[in-house]
Amino acid sequence: MNDLLNYLWAFLIFFSVLCAAATGRMPQLSAAVVSGAGNAVTLVISMTGMMCAWTGLLKIAQEGGAAKALARALRPVVRRLFPSCPQDGPAAKAICMNITANLLGLGNAATPFGIAAMKELKKRNPTNTADNDMATFVVVNAASIQLIPTFLAALRAQYGAKSPFDILPAVWLTSAGALAAGLTAAKLMERGRHG
Amino acid sequence: MADFGAWVVPLVVAAIVLTGFLHGVPVFDTFISGAKEGLRSSIQIMPTLVGLIMAVSMLNASGALDLLSAFLAPVAHALGLPSQVMPLVLVKPVSGSGSTAVLTQIFSDCGPDSFPGRVASVLSGSTETTFYAVAVYFGSVGVKKTRHTIPAAIVGDLTACILSTLAVRLFFPAG
Repeated sequence: MNDLLNYLWAFLIFFSVLCAAATGRMPQLSAAVVSGAGNAVTLVISMTGMMCAWTGLLKIAQEGGAAKALARALRPVVRRLFPSCPQDGPAAKAICMNITANLLGLGNAATPFGIAAMKELKKRNPTNTADNDMATFVVVNAASIQLIPTFLAALRAQYGAKSPFDILPAVWLTSAGALAAGLTAAKLMERGRHG
Repeated sequence: MADFGAWVVPLVVAAIVLTGFLHGVPVFDTFISGAKEGLRSSIQIMPTLVGLIMAVSMLNASGALDLLSAFLAPVAHALGLPSQVMPLVLVKPVSGSGSTAVLTQIFSDCGPDSFPGRVASVLSGSTETTFYAVAVYFGSVGVKKTRHTIPAAIVGDLTACILSTLAVRLFFPAG
């Protein structure tokens, strides 16, 4: 993955210089190098306040038992999505924690739980081929299920959106539709094969 | 809909603080320790964003981004997306920070409350870094053959592309 980004980044830079040379936009390009780097720092610093406030609130929610309550509410959903996982087994628990962290937008916490879940699933699958539960689990993680996309709202606010959160209903509708489509596709494609 | 959006955040904040307080959580101390984690991740993401925003600004200033959007216009049309959003569609599955860089470019060109700005917002709030997730999770357990995972995840991403425009039209009929 890092290799790909290295190639991609180098390509973007070379391609920009080539394009600017062809279209005679070298002065603009030269200005963009300086301002782009500066803008990134300004952007991160001005958004840090809102991000800190949100991670602070999420910490309170976690300590106050919100994460546990959410994980409990998710248990029946996880049972249906991963029928071959023993209920209350370590795999089902790690999957619950991963989905909870994703819903709350705790990306840094979601990944370790997700890797733990994959390792639990791997214990009963000695091959190097994904089984149905693994595929379903990664499809869920490849969809966005964050309830309140705070970083996005902070970015919108930064660029002068009148009401940065007004896109929430549209985001929920789209996320739910995309997740449903992804899961349906996964369940349809897993049929008739080993797994 | 703007009213609804205005209510969500204050209510969520109040609910979180109240529940924490009732459960005996030292709310302010906990808030501070959480905010410190936020600060740390903000600082960590800065170098990545400098590199990527610089690259995207260069791409934009050189005219390459316009070229790319024009080239992909037929695809955008087929998916019902504004052509300005196409670079985001390409970058999002691969890199989260890269898509942030592209999103800031769309916001500064079109504005966050414009139609392309809103579609881009919805799209980035409803899709994930698909290929990154596949690489991290299967890589962590050494699974090489991912079977139907990628096709199914792409079905989800394409659905998000189509739904994002429809959802923006539904919730912001005037824009």
